Amino acid sequence: MAKNSAKDIEVKAFATHQIITQPNPLRKVLRRVDEKDLDDPVGRAEQALASLSGEFKDWMTIEVNRLSAAYVAIRNDGFTRERRDELFHAAHDIKGDAATFGYPAASGIAESLCRVIEHAPDLEKVPAELFTHHINAILAIVHENTKLDTISVSAELSRRLRKVADDYLTQVNRDRPEHLEVILAPSIAPAE
Amino acid sequence: MFRIDFNKLRFLVCDDNPHMRRILRTLLHSFGAREVYEAEDGATALEMYSHYVPDIVITDWAMPIFDGLELAQMIRQPESKGNPYAPIIMLTGHSEKRRVTVARDAGVTEFLAKPISAKGLYQRILNVVANPRPFIKTKTYFGPDRRRNTNSAYMGPERRVGEKHEVLQQPSLLDKARSTI
Repeated sequence: MAKNSAKDIEVKAFATHQIITQPNPLRKVLRRVDEKDLDDPVGRAEQALASLSGEFKDWMTIEVNRLSAAYVAIRNDGFTRERRDELFHAAHDIKGDAATFGYPAASGIAESLCRVIEHAPDLEKVPAELFTHHINAILAIVHENTKLDTISVSAELSRRLRKVADDYLTQVNRDRPEHLEVILAPSIAPAE
Repeated sequence: MFRIDFNKLRFLVCDDNPHMRRILRTLLHSFGAREVYEAEDGATALEMYSHYVPDIVITDWAMPIFDGLELAQMIRQPESKGNPYAPIIMLTGHSEKRRVTVARDAGVTEFLAKPISAKGLYQRILNVVANPRPFIKTKTYFGPDRRRNTNSAYMGPERRVGEKHEVLQQPSLLDKARSTI
């Protein structure tokens, strides 16, 4: 349905470019409804997401075990391109998923770890404690998150680890302005 | 007010993480979609794109074999036999400004930074369905019109020549990525 036939496509040619327009191929799926329409697809989807939440802890456990295993492989056998990528992807997945799964502080710590992996000029020279503190903090948050009194501790831990990581990255990238610019730029991720 | 008949739309979801695919499938089915195809890497997604001809593609960035950015570039081939115009929504944990720019220049239609929300996903889908943008073809770019800012004085790189100035009254991809809707 999404593709118009070639005769529907209009091309205007200019000196440096072409502008290609066509009738909206998806117009048939749009339906005008009354303002009083009570259907709430977003609310329905939020409810469906909430019904999955019983599985989130198990999913997070799988994700943090993957992260932990990726780092154990590096600690035992050193960095290679593949091991570095696996560590980054494991951390990156936690960064993207953890807040949805109810672990926003773990997401922040995983983001900090991703920044270290992405912007440290030489991963072999990164202090091992910087990796282990990030990974251990994520493991602790996931294992202890059911206790309400740990939530503020998790947020503080996330904030402090981010500061330590950013101070390190700022120091080791002082002669690499393109990395410094990215490190110091604000995130575009939606606020909590 | 407009609603989308999701049951008439065909989606292709591409993410290597099975948990995120499950969440996306749950959200899309809750919106009313019936046809949701899933791929766990860019190569499989491209094959499914040709086979199922989806109306909307939702893709992660970081994936094995080839990533979401390369997938977008392969879909946006003006001479391809398939459909190079399908809306592409990039859903990613990457949250830096330069990433949004790179995604835009690969032909991505909308950018949604994780964490995902039902509202954010619905709004991106509504936007690509209700407000499609014309496509632009230059020597180095083929994809949805990237102009969304009203800067008539712009004379920098990639300034188009030979047409009356025209802009689309929509927030920039970066501004939209910064908001939850």
